[in-house]
Amino acid sequence: MNILKLLITVIFLINFYSSDLKAKNLGTEITKNLRCLICQGQSVYDSDSEFANSLKILVEKKLDDGLNEKQIYDYLKNKYGDWILYDPGFNKNTYFLWLLPILMFVFGGAIILRKVILKKKKL
Amino acid sequence: MRTKIFPIFLIITFSITFYVFYKGLQNSNIYTPEIKSEIKIPRFEAKEFFSKDMINSDQIFIGSEFYLLNIWASWCIPCKEEHKYLMDLSKKENIKIIGQNYKDNFVNAKNFLIKLDNPYDLIFSDNDGTIAIEWGAYGVPESFLIKNNQIIKKIIGPLNEKLFSEIKELTQ
Repeated sequence: MNILKLLITVIFLINFYSSDLKAKNLGTEITKNLRCLICQGQSVYDSDSEFANSLKILVEKKLDDGLNEKQIYDYLKNKYGDWILYDPGFNKNTYFLWLLPILMFVFGGAIILRKVILKKKKL
Repeated sequence: MRTKIFPIFLIITFSITFYVFYKGLQNSNIYTPEIKSEIKIPRFEAKEFFSKDMINSDQIFIGSEFYLLNIWASWCIPCKEEHKYLMDLSKKENIKIIGQNYKDNFVNAKNFLIKLDNPYDLIFSDNDGTIAIEWGAYGVPESFLIKNNQIIKKIIGPLNEKLFSEIKELTQ
């Protein structure tokens, strides 16, 4: 019975994975990771502003020219800065951004650990 | 001791948070980051506005003259505001004004120029807005002061009195 359950789970997971692959269109993927600079809070993919529409066309054009995903990100980063990417690279301006969650995690973990130890001591 | 530290810590945290958010209230929520982008002008091909001939950017920005690239459209209201400054600049000998007609209807654009006069030495069309992206532009109006194929000043939004005199000074 357990084996059957496991088998069903595995098949389900594989299905999810492959259906996700089929839906992937590189242009869409790229524009989803670009911030619309004049309608902030929206991705280029979601936005219908003039800027976003032009950028969608440009991304398709660049893909046709044979550029890969990373090259397009680099190209746009050059023009508009890191801010256009929803997934900014790790550099000296973004140390804080990337390390803050880890710091919070460690700090929170330390507090919990302390509480647990204190509780044990009391017992 | 422990009981004292906690309220103090709490008060400090809250005051800092309050201060940060209170300061943030007055700031503009449109964030334009400083860009250490390349200052070299992009290379592109475009259609000349009147003749519809293809022209190369190398044919537009030649030599060591000053060029002012102005992105405009007939549907853009701030473009009308800055028009008088462009007209003034067009009277200057040492600066050439290049127009980039952004996502516009040809007839409307032509009427715009007939009505308000044409300050441009040359205009090319940017029908799908991709050339504006090549420039790293956000929209209309936007202007770039160019010398020796380098962008020396980027102006987002319409020209005003202050920017106008700044351009005059730079092109002295």
